[in-house]
Amino acid sequence: MRILEGQGVTKNFGGLAAVSHVDFHIDQGEIVGLIGPNGAGKTTLFNLTSGALPLSSGEITFKGQKLNGLKPHRVCKIGIGRTFQEIKIFGNMPVIQNVLVGAFFGSPNRISAADAAREASQALEFVGLSAMAGDSIQDLTLANQKRVEVARALATRPELLLLDELMAGLNPAEVSEAMELVTKIRDKGITIFMVEHVMKAIMGICERIMVLHHGEKIAEGTPREIAANKKVIEIYLGEETHAGS
Amino acid sequence: MDITSFISTHRKLLALGFVLLILIFLATFPLYGNEYYINLLTTILMYTVLAVSWAMFSGATGYMSLATAAFFGIGIMATAFLEGTLPSPVIIVIGGLLSAALAFLIGLVTLRLKGIYFTIFTFGFVMFISQTAYYIDSHILGNAWGHELPLPDPGMLHYTMLGLVVVTLLAIYFIRRSRYGLVLLSIGGNEEAAEHMGINTTKMKVILFTISSAFMGAAGAIYAPALVHVEARIAFNVFNSFVPILMAIFGGMGQFYGPVIGAAVFGYLDRTLRVELAEYFMLVFGIMLVVVIMFLPNGITGLIQSLQKTRPIAKLLHRGKEEQHANT
Repeated sequence: MRILEGQGVTKNFGGLAAVSHVDFHIDQGEIVGLIGPNGAGKTTLFNLTSGALPLSSGEITFKGQKLNGLKPHRVCKIGIGRTFQEIKIFGNMPVIQNVLVGAFFGSPNRISAADAAREASQALEFVGLSAMAGDSIQDLTLANQKRVEVARALATRPELLLLDELMAGLNPAEVSEAMELVTKIRDKGITIFMVEHVMKAIMGICERIMVLHHGEKIAEGTPREIAANKKVIEIYLGEETHAGS
Repeated sequence: MDITSFISTHRKLLALGFVLLILIFLATFPLYGNEYYINLLTTILMYTVLAVSWAMFSGATGYMSLATAAFFGIGIMATAFLEGTLPSPVIIVIGGLLSAALAFLIGLVTLRLKGIYFTIFTFGFVMFISQTAYYIDSHILGNAWGHELPLPDPGMLHYTMLGLVVVTLLAIYFIRRSRYGLVLLSIGGNEEAAEHMGINTTKMKVILFTISSAFMGAAGAIYAPALVHVEARIAFNVFNSFVPILMAIFGGMGQFYGPVIGAAVFGYLDRTLRVELAEYFMLVFGIMLVVVIMFLPNGITGLIQSLQKTRPIAKLLHRGKEEQHANT
């Protein structure tokens, strides 16, 4: 079943088409990767989905419901959670309260303080940070701050989770842990759409990969197909394999 | 049980007892205090309402409002016009509601503005309302000499203001502890993330800004008789926008009681320095603020907290706690 679907998705910033006529879909239970060089329009596509930016044309539907014109808080409540490329934590609160915000306001129905607290501590436990619940979030490592963002998004009880460069800036050991976390989230029944630059991660856990270049979708397929795709190698993986391996 | 572990285990009870003592002092003071000090306390109470209400919204969200003088002034003008026609509790409620209505409109228009633009707008608004109200009052309604209010009974004024302080502190204490406190903090922490966590930030900002200004309006309505002579340019004095901010920063906004401490200190200075230094008292205010921002960025409460972390007595307190854990 298609959980998220985009048709002719377009975003213009002045004369620049950041995302141009992109058709895409995500099936329930999938882990889909979104890759492309810097400025390809990946984060813009996420922002269009989460309601942070309005579409110029086209439409995005979530479980058949049109997302066009919905504000981020509405999109969150209907079941799409997200994290951010540049972490956006609540630096003025301890770790557990960051997650509590998601638990309190993310569900469509008003929930009690006790339920919210339970939801938040479960989410924090899920990402393995229970021990740091009371710490100031500013004192955490980048990898752990990103985990808090994931926990915060999970606390909103999403059906679809948008992960924007979860692995960026992490060391190899942390990348492996983050990959495990992503798989664990999917096993929980949450569909995942992730932007990633770390090839090891994207090739290792995604079932399907979409490639954006200059705002257009140039390829789509399994990791193996993408790795063999000439166009992709030319514009993107070519440089990456030299640099990476 | 030694004294330090007693303090650490009965913290809440002790805090409550302390608050009660202050309340008893404030409630009984008019019975034995002289008029000057009663008025001084009333002024401090008035500033407490302004500082705590301001800190509730602006301190937490980072949307620095300079419109306090406008809301406070609306309350003053409400009393100036309605004094004698309606019972004073009704006038106070009307003052609060008018301020809230105005804040609602300002919020709808301006809380989409970020950062400095919101601050500038609210500042401009005080200028605008001050001049407009003066023009309407003196030229159209013909009150060229302003409004004379009957001399208030200091005790009565004091008790009314004390009532408002209690209501304001309780309301804001519970707002801060509720999910709306979390809303305020999350907007201050990262508004975009708050929006993505399901919070309708625009709506919440407007509602909470409106609530905070209702208290300011009520404070103005109660305080008006203390001014005796009221005219628009006095009622909307922009000084009243800055003083609560000084108080909140001086006391520290991390803790609920921070702005209360700031209001007490600056309220006292405001009255005494005005008498002794006349026009120069603002200079002393300014110097104090600079010193506080440079050396105590988290205000007095921030200082207390950092002292608690380093002082030997804090270590003792902590040890007491640990022993307790070991015993249980």
